[in-house]
Amino acid sequence: MPEMKLLGIPASDGIAIGPIFCYIPADLTIPVCPPGTVEAEMDRFEAARGQARTELQGLYESVHIRAGAEEAAIFEAHQVMLVDPTLEAKVREGVELGWTAEQALAKAIEELAAMLAGMGDELFAARSLDVKDVGRRLLRILLGLPDTALDAVTEPSIIVAEDLTPSDTARLDPQLTLGFITEQGGLTSHSAILARTLGLPAIVGMGDGLLEKVSSERSTVMDGRTGELIVSPKDETIARYKEVKQQRESHLKILRDAAEKDAHTANGRRVEVAANIGEVETARTAMENGAEGVGLLRTEFLYLEDTVPPNEEKQYAAYRAILEVMGQRPVIFRTLDIGGDKPPTYLPFPQEMNPFLGWRAIRISLAEPELFQTQLRAILRAALGHRGLIMFPMISDLDELRRAREVVERVKADLTRDSIPFAADVPVGIMVETPAAAVLVDVLAEASDFFSLGTNDLTQYTMAVDRGNSKVAGLFQPLHPSVLRLIKQTIDAAHSCSKWVGMCGELAGMPKAIPILLGLGLDEFSMSARAIPEAKHLIGALTDARAQQIAREVMSMSTAAEIERYMMEVLAKI
Amino acid sequence: MPELRITITHKVGLHARPASLFVQTANKFPCSVKVKNLTADGQFVDAKSIIMVLTLGVMKDHEILIEADGADADSAITALKTLIEGNFGEA
Repeated sequence: MPEMKLLGIPASDGIAIGPIFCYIPADLTIPVCPPGTVEAEMDRFEAARGQARTELQGLYESVHIRAGAEEAAIFEAHQVMLVDPTLEAKVREGVELGWTAEQALAKAIEELAAMLAGMGDELFAARSLDVKDVGRRLLRILLGLPDTALDAVTEPSIIVAEDLTPSDTARLDPQLTLGFITEQGGLTSHSAILARTLGLPAIVGMGDGLLEKVSSERSTVMDGRTGELIVSPKDETIARYKEVKQQRESHLKILRDAAEKDAHTANGRRVEVAANIGEVETARTAMENGAEGVGLLRTEFLYLEDTVPPNEEKQYAAYRAILEVMGQRPVIFRTLDIGGDKPPTYLPFPQEMNPFLGWRAIRISLAEPELFQTQLRAILRAALGHRGLIMFPMISDLDELRRAREVVERVKADLTRDSIPFAADVPVGIMVETPAAAVLVDVLAEASDFFSLGTNDLTQYTMAVDRGNSKVAGLFQPLHPSVLRLIKQTIDAAHSCSKWVGMCGELAGMPKAIPILLGLGLDEFSMSARAIPEAKHLIGALTDARAQQIAREVMSMSTAAEIERYMMEVLAKI
Repeated sequence: MPELRITITHKVGLHARPASLFVQTANKFPCSVKVKNLTADGQFVDAKSIIMVLTLGVMKDHEILIEADGADADSAITALKTLIEGNFGEA
């Protein structure tokens, strides 16, 4: 086969060379064929259960080692379902009617799943998905199909999939994943963000039909910087990429050395470069990459892992662990930022046409005072002796912000009354991610100690484009003049009220944006840990005067394409 | 025929881990074990079937009725009582 080059959206830098592993959920169409005797069909069912038990035990053990008991518990629950006597009785009933084990199983699973799905309580109804999952596993085994799930990756591979859900990626083994490529998705899809966090190359939005094109490739080269996938590469192509890979890695070493120093512009102005993190492991990665603080701590990880909200002690312990890793560096806690697109099971989510315009983030916290107060108590207590800051997501109105601050004051009063020690001087700020907040910064400054631009959502809401939809992802342009004007307006308004402004969106870590942001006067840049060394290097290479000149030039341009072109020229000269 | 009326105090009810433990305990005994949700006024279901136990929708503070019949029926009831009263092994 001749060498072939395919192009997608570059989502995470790096080069990978290796075989393709196609992640295809198996097609479980049941063929029409005559059944064996009742006992023969039941024996097949029994054998399938035996194999399923072995698979589930293997999954349980590998996830337990990798991610702990809580993550693994689901596979234990599946084993209990596997031996359910009602399931067995229903399968036998079908087989006795003259069906094959596959047909009887499919019918039984459908009935049992429907029974659960019909329950009023969402928590119980959600278990129908587990019944279906167990059913699919059994059916797949009965049909003699291999386990094509991600756990079946046995050698270091480039993972290719239509799309990867959060639960898929949770099961990826970092040791066996060289990089990943998806047909769907945009730059800020879950898999793209995860790739950058793990430092793996990734390409997204390759378009339909990719899987068929590459399914049996033993040798491919992917370049996450350019978005190129080279199928059936010639030997010289592989050799060339190996060399580039090595060069980039040694360049990275130089950057890492730069990362160890605090960031200053070429004329000596101090700028803070911080990391966006989640769990405590990502705090360690941030420190390794030279983070001077945490500009965004996403607290959602605590809320999405269980069927009940995390209690105060669990949160306190998790926050404390992160603060201890960061020492005396500032850590900005963003309060719960979830919505109908990834609802936890314990909140009664309404059916929403537009979850991104719906009940989410601070709107939930204000409506669920107990949930909100528990989180604030845990943050205020954990911050004692450290530098914690609190930040509210998705503020669009002063009244909302005032109400949220009142809750903070109430929580402080409760803690004082109960003689529980806490940090009394925690600054409270907001994310600027709605156009409403961006144009109201002078008004919101009355109740906000600082501002942090969330450019992913700000771009989404300004351009009215769903960033996960590959049909419109092209319109998701964080360097669009409209977005840049809102950024400039935010920085200018905040500075005239003597408040500092950071940015914790993807844009803050992009080399093509950093000179502009520096020129506009941004005080703090917060990004994926892996982007920090390059950002520090770039900031150190620019004077404020040069950055201001670049920003002025850019602000006079009319389209994102024009700005991108200009910035490529600028970067080539640095 | 031994039976037990008891209130589930675990915060998630008979769901997730508590439901698994309940069913696994019932399965340790040869007798038949049935359970119904008195609070929701439902039917008896097989206590050895996780799916059927889930369909009862037993939440925190719901009262259930357990009946055992056959060999070791008394031991089965005692074991389930210990499990529920011990809050499913959680503090």
